[in-house]
Amino acid sequence: MELFIAQILTGLANASSLFLVACGLSLIFGVTRIVNFAHGSLYMIGAYTGYTLMQVLPGAIGFWAAIALSGVVVGIVGVLIEILVLRPVYKAPELFQLVATFGVILVIQDVALLLFGPEDLLGPRAPGLRGVVRIMGEPVPKYDIALLVITPIVALVLWYLMTKTRVGVLVRAATQDREMVGALGVNQAWLFTGVFALGSALAGLGGALQLPKGGADLLMDFNILAPVFVVVVIGGMGSLPGAYLAAIIISVLNVFGVTYLPQSTLVLMFVVMIVVLMFRPYGLFGREEVAGEHGQVGEPERPIKPASFRVRLVTSIMLLALAFLPLLGSTYLLVFLTDILIFCLFAASLHFLLGTGGLVSFGHAAYFGGGAYVAALLITYSDTPMELTFVLAPIGAGLVALVIGWLCLRLTGVYFAMLTLAFAQLVWSLVFQWGTVTGGDDGLVNIWPAVWLKPTVIYFYFALIFSVCGILLMRHVQHSPFGYALRAARDSQRQAEATGIDTRRIQLIAFGFAGFMGGIAGALFVFSKGSVFPNELEIARSFDALIVVFLGGVKTLAGGVVGAGFFKGLEETLLRFEYWRLLMGLLIIFIVIAAPEGIVGSLRKVGEHLGLKKAKDQ
Amino acid sequence: MTQSVLETRNLSKSFGAIKAVDDVSFALQKGELLALIGPNGAGKSTCFNMLMGQLKETSGQVFLHGEKITGLLPRQIWRKGVGRTFQITATYSSMTVIENVQMALLSHHREIMRFLPYATRRHHPEALDLLDMVHMADQADRHCAVLAYGDLKRMELAIALAHNPSVLLMDEPTAGMAPKERVALMQLTAQIVDNFGVSVLFTEHDMDVVFGNAHRIMVLNRGSLIAEGSAEDIRNNPLVQDVYLGGGSVFGADEEVLDA
Repeated sequence: MELFIAQILTGLANASSLFLVACGLSLIFGVTRIVNFAHGSLYMIGAYTGYTLMQVLPGAIGFWAAIALSGVVVGIVGVLIEILVLRPVYKAPELFQLVATFGVILVIQDVALLLFGPEDLLGPRAPGLRGVVRIMGEPVPKYDIALLVITPIVALVLWYLMTKTRVGVLVRAATQDREMVGALGVNQAWLFTGVFALGSALAGLGGALQLPKGGADLLMDFNILAPVFVVVVIGGMGSLPGAYLAAIIISVLNVFGVTYLPQSTLVLMFVVMIVVLMFRPYGLFGREEVAGEHGQVGEPERPIKPASFRVRLVTSIMLLALAFLPLLGSTYLLVFLTDILIFCLFAASLHFLLGTGGLVSFGHAAYFGGGAYVAALLITYSDTPMELTFVLAPIGAGLVALVIGWLCLRLTGVYFAMLTLAFAQLVWSLVFQWGTVTGGDDGLVNIWPAVWLKPTVIYFYFALIFSVCGILLMRHVQHSPFGYALRAARDSQRQAEATGIDTRRIQLIAFGFAGFMGGIAGALFVFSKGSVFPNELEIARSFDALIVVFLGGVKTLAGGVVGAGFFKGLEETLLRFEYWRLLMGLLIIFIVIAAPEGIVGSLRKVGEHLGLKKAKDQ
Repeated sequence: MTQSVLETRNLSKSFGAIKAVDDVSFALQKGELLALIGPNGAGKSTCFNMLMGQLKETSGQVFLHGEKITGLLPRQIWRKGVGRTFQITATYSSMTVIENVQMALLSHHREIMRFLPYATRRHHPEALDLLDMVHMADQADRHCAVLAYGDLKRMELAIALAHNPSVLLMDEPTAGMAPKERVALMQLTAQIVDNFGVSVLFTEHDMDVVFGNAHRIMVLNRGSLIAEGSAEDIRNNPLVQDVYLGGGSVFGADEEVLDA
């Protein structure tokens, strides 16, 4: 019983920074509708700033002042991000902004590395709160007690701000109906900036407050992201009480998980989330999203048509040129091109879902990594012939996609996206923590192709054929009745259902199909590298694909492939620089602002403008 | 009496304590152009949504050719030969005009799950015929997102006719259109009814459209049918005049008028 209470107290204390970060994210999403992926980075800046200030400011007062100042500093950083990066893209298609926030993540990672160095920093203890107190005989750190007091106070202040002040009324009004608030004469731009500043400041506070318990390192931005998303989704997007309750549930659960089920703490978190969403699809305190016809914000997509003779000719010539590249004899080039081909197939499979289906999946790595792991597990445990593995791996990935799709398709919009992310993380945590089977963090190694496929040149052709055929197949399906039905379901579910189309079934099959194609890419990947590690299932991998699809151009057929080719090539070039993330991040932000229709979409516009290409319909 | 094409028996829908549709029974005969009118909030759209399976009824039944269709999904009702157009157009904005129609034809011919053929090459002549029927053939290859609203409405009519329906439900077919276009669209509809023997039930706000074309008119007020008859009957019905020109019954000040 004593241990039980002590554990609950620890859980409540841990909930503190999770709550602060989560409610910042929730606030920002509620008002601006932006899923701020960079929120973990703001949390990281908070931690580093707090650490730096604590070195300078002396004593207990200095310690607490440092924490408060971190909030202020990060709030200012938030204002800068909002004004410089987000303001120019509010009018861009829905969810396009998240690519911009991803650019911000990359920039902040390198800036943090530049300013604070690569070493992990151990957080200083809070002056005067170093020891433990005994509660019913169990030791509880004094700092935990302090956090137990601070969190409800911050929550109360926020609650007061939101319910009793004019600013709070405006924020809540904007959460429900932005346009109406604008029509009533409120300057939306500054309301957005203000909310972004507040949300960022809360993340900064969270980062600084956890210093004595954790510290500061360069991985904490991604590490906090998954739990924060889980908290926000369980609590309900935009709900502060929801974020508070969910942060407590997750933290307490985590503490008990560590004690009783140490192998499955990560899995547990996602299982809880999934269970909650099964019964309350919009979170504990969330409201049903008033989603319009989804995925068609901004200029409507152009009609598609089969490629013209000229396009086919150019594509054939380019493919032929690719096929002759091994003659140059550079192994490095071949390996690099194989990587690009695989990535193109992976991106194209996401593009199929996102572009044609309007289904924004945040967790597409589950099928890429899933395919890779199915292949690796088959080879490791059952000596399956490689040829058979190439059939079974995509099927495995496709089945995973069908199950996940079936569970996620009950929701729409951001909730759908978040749920796909959560399931992908569930798959990741299963692989990561089930070390006896999957090798955990050490991955699975020695997964080599059959002898005939071993030479780099042969494998290059193998990957070329599979990727090109896969991409062409997906492109053809987009022109088939099924592809049209999928687009119909995206454009107007109402009309599609009223003309006999079972839209959910169509979308589910598309989900499985995209998973299957992602699985092929995964299988190609694992045999080209000879090993697979859990990071192929990570959020970052899903984001890679999302970024290239968005930057390539969602509303174009070639967007995924062109984006993937362009960015993989670019990454390879930039990797030579020490601070390549910074360059990459800035470039992503630049493209988002300068070419909101993506590379292909913008090129098409330019072409039409110059009269090179006939503009459709006057 | 011959069997009616579409019939409702004691159809009711409550939202909490509010009876949006209260015990509505009517029948639509073959080849009939039947109008359902009533002031705002009378329950027309609620009634419509129940007919199409979009809304579950509280009680009562709907029969199509004598077969009970209450409880079926919209897409199942469509398969049974009921077409519909929406008050606010619902179209596939990323497709051309003819592709919008071809989509309905693909669904009608149960070819949705085919992965091999090019969708745009399927049922092209058939789609063109449908567009011709609504005088849209010359715009077949335009991107539907650039069409004028009146043209979208006509395109939607072509979509609704794609599976050769026996019943057509049109929810405010002329809402948002210019007066000239309104008359033209309803004349077109009347023509289609004459030529193909389709039965049409429509709701409408524009009385010119209603009185000019409907074979029979029903008036709904506060969830109940209060009158039914020819244009002449309805025009001279004191209860209908009261509902439309005032008398307070809409606001519930005068219950007796309704019960009279």
